[in-house]
Amino acid sequence: MKALIETIVRPLVDHPEAIVITEEENEYKIRYHLTVHENDVGKVIGKNGRIAKAIRTVVYAAGSDVNKKIYLDIM
Amino acid sequence: MRQVTATGQTVDEAVQSALVKLDTVIDRVHVDVIDEGKKGIFGVFGSKPAIVKVRVLNDKVKEGEEFLRQVAEQMGITITINTVKKEKEVLYELSGEKIAMLIGKRGQTLNALQYLTHLVVNRNVDGFKTVIIDAEGYRERRNDTLIQLANRLAQKAIQTQKSVSLEPMPSYERKVIHTALQNNNKISTHSDGVEPNRKVVIKPE
Repeated sequence: MKALIETIVRPLVDHPEAIVITEEENEYKIRYHLTVHENDVGKVIGKNGRIAKAIRTVVYAAGSDVNKKIYLDIM
Repeated sequence: MRQVTATGQTVDEAVQSALVKLDTVIDRVHVDVIDEGKKGIFGVFGSKPAIVKVRVLNDKVKEGEEFLRQVAEQMGITITINTVKKEKEVLYELSGEKIAMLIGKRGQTLNALQYLTHLVVNRNVDGFKTVIIDAEGYRERRNDTLIQLANRLAQKAIQTQKSVSLEPMPSYERKVIHTALQNNNKISTHSDGVEPNRKVVIKPE
């Protein structure tokens, strides 16, 4: 799943080397935390969070066969 | 834009070394020969190396295709992509098993992928292209559904003499509704609200 998030985000940003994804898991949920270079923040969030929403939609779809709720925090 | 200037004994060698530096293949680059070089006498005296400038062509359409393939692969889905290029539009037709996972409820995953691919394809370029992603004929099926829905709700608006709002839809789905009802003079249609919650309203005349 981390690899998926990175695959999606990498072509959107100017500083792909600064992408950091961490994972936190407990019984009920998995929480991913994405940080990017400060100049790239707008590129992964977008106007009114449109890009962030699209990223989440794809990530949640990929997580639909896992029985845990998935969250994706950006920054 | 990625480019390097490379030298070699011959033009071919110079190009090869540039390709290695750029980590790419000959089909994806543009080569400018700056100096063809000279062998010199016995390959020693008066020899001049060949100099070339090699530039990687940005094949954005290919990048979009690659992006889709990788994302699908990470989701555990193997897909085949048929890319149709038009002047201002790129259509990616996806097919494969488990494609339903890529479409999602009412196409929301497909729309998200379409938007992300649109960003990838139109990043750092001048002109921009509309990106459409279709999966197993989903868009056409959806259009039929939307047209039926539009006609049904138009009837309802006429019978009740009240405005009927549809649920929020992306712009091209709203367009399908507007187009389907434009010749119906008993009602008029307009869109209301702010993206991404913009929706079509059918108003009786």
